[in-house]
Amino acid sequence: MWEYTDKVKEHFLNPKNIGEVENPDGVGDVGSIACGDALHLTFKLDEQGRIADAKFKTFGCASAIASASALTELIKGKTLEEAEKITNQEIANYLGGLPKEKMHCSVMGQEALEQAIASCRGTEVQKAEGEVICECFGVTDKEIERAVRENNLKTVEDVTNYTKAGGGCERCHDDIRKLIAKVQGETAPEEKKPLTNIQKIKLIEETIEREIRPSLRQDGGDIELVDIIGNRVQVATRGACAACPSAPITMKNLVEAKLREFVSPDLVVEEVSS
Amino acid sequence: MKPIYVDNNATTQVAPEVMAAMLPYFREYYGNPSSMHTFGGQVGPKVRKAREQVAELIGANADEILFTSCGSESDNTAIRSALASNPEKRHIIISRVEHPAIRSLTASLENQGYRVTEIPVDSQGHLNLEKLQESLTPDTAIVSIMWANNETGVIFPLEKIAEMVHRHGITFHTDAVQAVGKIPINLRNTTIDMLSLSGHKLHAPKGVGGLFIRKGTKFSPFLIGGHQERGRRAGTENVPGIIGLGAGCQLAKKNMDQENSRVRKLRDHLEKELLYRIPNSLVNGDPLQRLPNTSNISFEFVEGESILLMLNEFNICASSGSACTSGSLEPSHVIRAMGVPFTMAHGSIRFSLSIYNTREEVDFIIDKLPPIIERLRLMSPFGSQGNKAACTLQ
Repeated sequence: MWEYTDKVKEHFLNPKNIGEVENPDGVGDVGSIACGDALHLTFKLDEQGRIADAKFKTFGCASAIASASALTELIKGKTLEEAEKITNQEIANYLGGLPKEKMHCSVMGQEALEQAIASCRGTEVQKAEGEVICECFGVTDKEIERAVRENNLKTVEDVTNYTKAGGGCERCHDDIRKLIAKVQGETAPEEKKPLTNIQKIKLIEETIEREIRPSLRQDGGDIELVDIIGNRVQVATRGACAACPSAPITMKNLVEAKLREFVSPDLVVEEVSS
Repeated sequence: MKPIYVDNNATTQVAPEVMAAMLPYFREYYGNPSSMHTFGGQVGPKVRKAREQVAELIGANADEILFTSCGSESDNTAIRSALASNPEKRHIIISRVEHPAIRSLTASLENQGYRVTEIPVDSQGHLNLEKLQESLTPDTAIVSIMWANNETGVIFPLEKIAEMVHRHGITFHTDAVQAVGKIPINLRNTTIDMLSLSGHKLHAPKGVGGLFIRKGTKFSPFLIGGHQERGRRAGTENVPGIIGLGAGCQLAKKNMDQENSRVRKLRDHLEKELLYRIPNSLVNGDPLQRLPNTSNISFEFVEGESILLMLNEFNICASSGSACTSGSLEPSHVIRAMGVPFTMAHGSIRFSLSIYNTREEVDFIIDKLPPIIERLRLMSPFGSQGNKAACTLQ
C-alpha cells in the first residue's frame, strides 16, 4: 500500500469538481488508457478573464484523481497568466506531497492545464518535437530534458517517476542517463573563482568567529589566528585548549573541518606556539 | 469492523491448530536439532514428523523433502541446482506467466549468459504446449513451469507437461506454491523432478518453505555451510516454522474437500453476482480449470488501485494486478501475456478466498463493489459508456 498524505486521501475519496464544464473556454486532454492514466480538464472564464469554474475527469490511481482535484482547486479564480505559472510541484505540494513514484500524476495535471490554456487562447501547446526515447510510453528526449531541467532530476528512477520514461522494458535507460548528464551539464554551477588573499583571510577570520570560537569557548578554550601561508592556516591554542591533550583532534575535526567547509577544501590547519 | 480478507494468494492467516503446534517450540523445546544433548535431540523427531506431513500432502517420501525458508528459496535452489548439475547445458525454459521468484532469477541468469525461453499462454491463460515441445533442446538444462498461476488461478496440466519434458531427459521443476494444499497433488503418479511449496500460502507461518527433490535427481546445494538437511541446505533449522509447515500441510489435507466445495461455491457466487451487477466486467482465465479459491476480474475503464483503496474504506482487503499497486508502470505481466486489452488490464482485481471466508463476507463485497465501479467510471473520461453497456455475463 502506498503511503498517501491525509490530503491526498481526502481528495481521492471526496474529489472536488468532477465532471465537465458546459461550453468550456479551455479543454485539455492528456494521457491514455494504454498508459494507465488520463486526464480531461475543462474550464470556463468569467468576464474579468479569471477561471470561474474548472472540472475534471480522470482515469487513474488515487494520486491521479487527487492531483486532478487539487489542480482544479488551484486554478479557480486565477487569470490565464497566473494559472500557467502553476507547476507540477505546486500540485504535489498542495496535496502535502506525493510518493516519488507518483510524481508523474502531478506532471499530467500540469500538462493538461497547459493544453487547456492553449486551447482557450486558440493556440496549440508547443509540443516539443523530438526523438522518442522511451518506446513503451512514447516519451521524447525533449520531454525528458524538460522534466530533468524543471525538477532537477538526477537519476533514471527520478525520470521514470516524473515522466514514466524508462518504466517499461528499460532498454532506454542508457539514453536517459545521457540526457540527464547533458541537462545537468548545462545547468552546472559556474566554477568558483579563486579567492584573493585578502578575501581568504577575511573568510577564515569570519569562520573562526562564527563557527569555531563559540564551541571552544563553551569549554573554556579558544584559538588565535597566527598566520596564513598559502593553504596552511597557522593557529595557536588559548585557555583550556592550550593544556588539553585532545587539542590535535579538535584542530583536525573541528577547526580544519569547518575552514574546509566554509572557506576552501584545500586548507590545512597547523598548531603553532605563539 | 473486522477486515474482510480475500487476499489469501498473497498470504494466509496462521491457523489456530498450526499456532498451537508451533508454540511449544518457541518456549519449552527450543533446542537446536544438531546438538548432541537430550534437549536438542528431543526436537529431531518433531522435525521428522513435519517432513512426513509435508510428504503425505503431496504424495512423496519424507526423505524427498528439503526444508527451506520460502518458496523463492525453493525455486532458486531447484533451478541453480539443475544448472550446476548440468554445467554443459545453457538453456532454461519457463512460462511467460511465472512468479517473479522465477522470472527475476532467470532474467539474472540471462545476464550471466544463459538462454531463456518463455512459453506463451493463450487468452484463457493456457500454456502453449506445442511451443513448449518445440523449445526443448539437447542444451536445455531445466524446464520450470508453475502448477497454478498466482494471479488467475489457472491450473496447468502438470502431469502431461512433466511427461513431455521427461521424455527428453530434461530436469523438470514446478513452482507449486499456489497449488499445494488447494488441489490434490500426488507426485508418485508423475515424473516431476522438483516441486516448490511455501508455508504461508496454506495457513502455516511465513519464513518456511519446502522443496521436493525426487530420489535420484542430481542435486547441488544452494546454501552451503553446516550439514543440516543431510548436507542439502546449510543453516540451523527453523524448527517452529517447520513444525508449523507440517501442521499446515496436515490441515490442508483435511480441508481439501472443503476448499474444493464450499470455498469454490463461495468464489463462484462472488464471481457470478459481480459479473451480473457490473457491466463490462470479465473473469480472467479459464472459468473451469482454476484453483477453487481464486477469481481475477477486470472492470473496464477503471484503474485497479483506485478500486482497491475504495474497497479498503469498507475494510475489504483484495489485491490488484494494476501497474499502480505494483510499483511498476505496466499492468500485470500475467494479464498482459493473456492478451487482455489495456481497457481491461488496468482494472483487474484478484479475490482469493480461504476456508475462513463466509457467505456474509462475500455478500458484503457484492453489495459494496458495484457502486465503487460505477462511481469511478463516472469520474473517468472513458467510463461513461462502461456503466451503460450491456452486461457481459455469459
